[in-house]
Amino acid sequence: MTATLSLADVTLVLGDGDETVTALDRVDLEVDGGELVAVVGPSGSGKSSLLAVAGGLTSPTSGSVRLGDVDLATASRRRLTALRRQRIGFVFQSGNLVPALNSLDQVRLPLTFGTVSNPRDPRQLLAEVDMEHKAGRRPHQLSGGERQRVGIARALVTRPQLLLVDEPTAALDRHRSQEVVALLAREAHQHGVATIMVTHDHDVLHHCDRVLEMIDGRLAPVVAERG
Amino acid sequence: MFLALRELSFARGRFALMGLVVSLIAILMVLLSGLSVGLVNDGVSGLQRMPVTSFAFQEDVTKDAAFSRSVLELDAVTSWADQPGVADAAPFGNTLVNARTDREVEIDLALFGVELGSFLDPQVTKGSALAGEGEVVISQTAAEQGIDVGDEIVLEPSGAELTVVGVLPDQHTFGHVDVGYLSLPSWQEIKAGVRPGDIVPDRVYDEITAVAVRAQDGAEVDLDAGDKGAGTTSLTLEDSFGASPGYTAETSTLQLIEAFLYAISALVVGAFFTVVIVQRKHEIAVLRALGAGTGYLLRDTLMQSLVLLVLAAGLGVGLGLAAGGAIASTSMPFALEAGPIAAATVVLVALGLLGAAVAVLRIIRVDPLTALGGNR
Repeated sequence: MTATLSLADVTLVLGDGDETVTALDRVDLEVDGGELVAVVGPSGSGKSSLLAVAGGLTSPTSGSVRLGDVDLATASRRRLTALRRQRIGFVFQSGNLVPALNSLDQVRLPLTFGTVSNPRDPRQLLAEVDMEHKAGRRPHQLSGGERQRVGIARALVTRPQLLLVDEPTAALDRHRSQEVVALLAREAHQHGVATIMVTHDHDVLHHCDRVLEMIDGRLAPVVAERG
Repeated sequence: MFLALRELSFARGRFALMGLVVSLIAILMVLLSGLSVGLVNDGVSGLQRMPVTSFAFQEDVTKDAAFSRSVLELDAVTSWADQPGVADAAPFGNTLVNARTDREVEIDLALFGVELGSFLDPQVTKGSALAGEGEVVISQTAAEQGIDVGDEIVLEPSGAELTVVGVLPDQHTFGHVDVGYLSLPSWQEIKAGVRPGDIVPDRVYDEITAVAVRAQDGAEVDLDAGDKGAGTTSLTLEDSFGASPGYTAETSTLQLIEAFLYAISALVVGAFFTVVIVQRKHEIAVLRALGAGTGYLLRDTLMQSLVLLVLAAGLGVGLGLAAGGAIASTSMPFALEAGPIAAATVVLVALGLLGAAVAVLRIIRVDPLTALGGNR
């Protein structure tokens, strides 16, 4: 079976001249559909760089990044934008919601960027993340956990193959953190979404199928962390 | 427009403030337009309403004072009438006078001397057309000052008398002075300063200001060739407006103010959207990471600025028209015309949009990568 996301020998060097940092160092990673993979590690170890490369936000210095049959490392900027719109979902720290939009419009938003085949129903998706009762609320009227739930619904509305999650529990208390990651695991498993979650929060790792550790740009499995 | 309209509604205070500035500029623009049209009307409406395509003045006359300085002999009219493409050529006299009516109404008049029965002989809406010497028909605006058909006008200082026999339709003014049409011989005597009872030398009846030329429909008269044949200097009707006293100085000043207003509008709108985009930089990065293309973001922001500009300019024009209506009823040279106001509104919106377009190009430089991590 072919993995949904496949990184092979990926290196990312940031900076110019003498001031260079190897953010990713010969990283190999495969994530299957329906799998939730957690990536832990200290700040500056390269976790966000991994998401950036996997999501087509930046091109690796070397190596290949394949999403299904597409090599993101060689795709044009326009193609990458279309891929992010149609096949990749992002969940950011604190939700990163648009202040002007209510919850329902946040979920509708990605569908306005261009053609999306077979999207999910925004209102139904909002109900699935238990936020239908706050469909008309704007971000400043929601708690941190609620904002993350809306952010997750926004990321899933296009039925992405790949979901990239950046520190989803950074601003949440322990209880809300468990709820949010449980929701991510449920959505990944039920809808067959390959999911990579970058986190510092070791209390939520038991929801994940695999846990990897990033240290100085290198990726390694952490068997002991499994829940 | 999905995001644009919601942003407008969400940040309505901020956008209202910006809209207020555009509205104030639009109000000023309407008032300037009204003043500009009013000054043009006051300056040259008497010329604009003449069925003339060009005037032939004295050779080498100073063009910006041609109407007051030019002196031609009558035979130039014949020469121009024979030019190819000329439908009509008629003598034309122009002079400014101070006068007082027998009912003690003081008035300044721009006297236009014309040959009776020629194509310059004007139609009247009240009274009767010119029929002989010593008669004058006056502009509607002069009638509004209290002069009526049957009044006697005494010119100062010569004491020459003219009888008002008719009133012209609409405003006919020249150099901010009401126009009065009279027969060419009467005009020639007044121009020569002939007092009642004086013996008039024959040469007086040979002098005119210019030859008024009307081209045949669709024909273009070769003015240079005509000038060469008649020994004259021609100006098209539009170019002759510059020979009206104060016309060029007034219109160029107003045009300069209007140009600055447009530039200010573009700068203000551009600066506003620059600030908005800098404030929204992280949000734009998130949108780009989610798959919003550059075209989507540019379109959305430009449509937002268009909606803002159209609404604000519309409100400003409405308020400007209301204020202008009040001003137009005073003695100020002010006239509201749909054409210039519509054109100025389009220019205001277009330049505002241009300012916004320059500002929104910053969107292209927003890196979606900054949406990740703690970048906020």
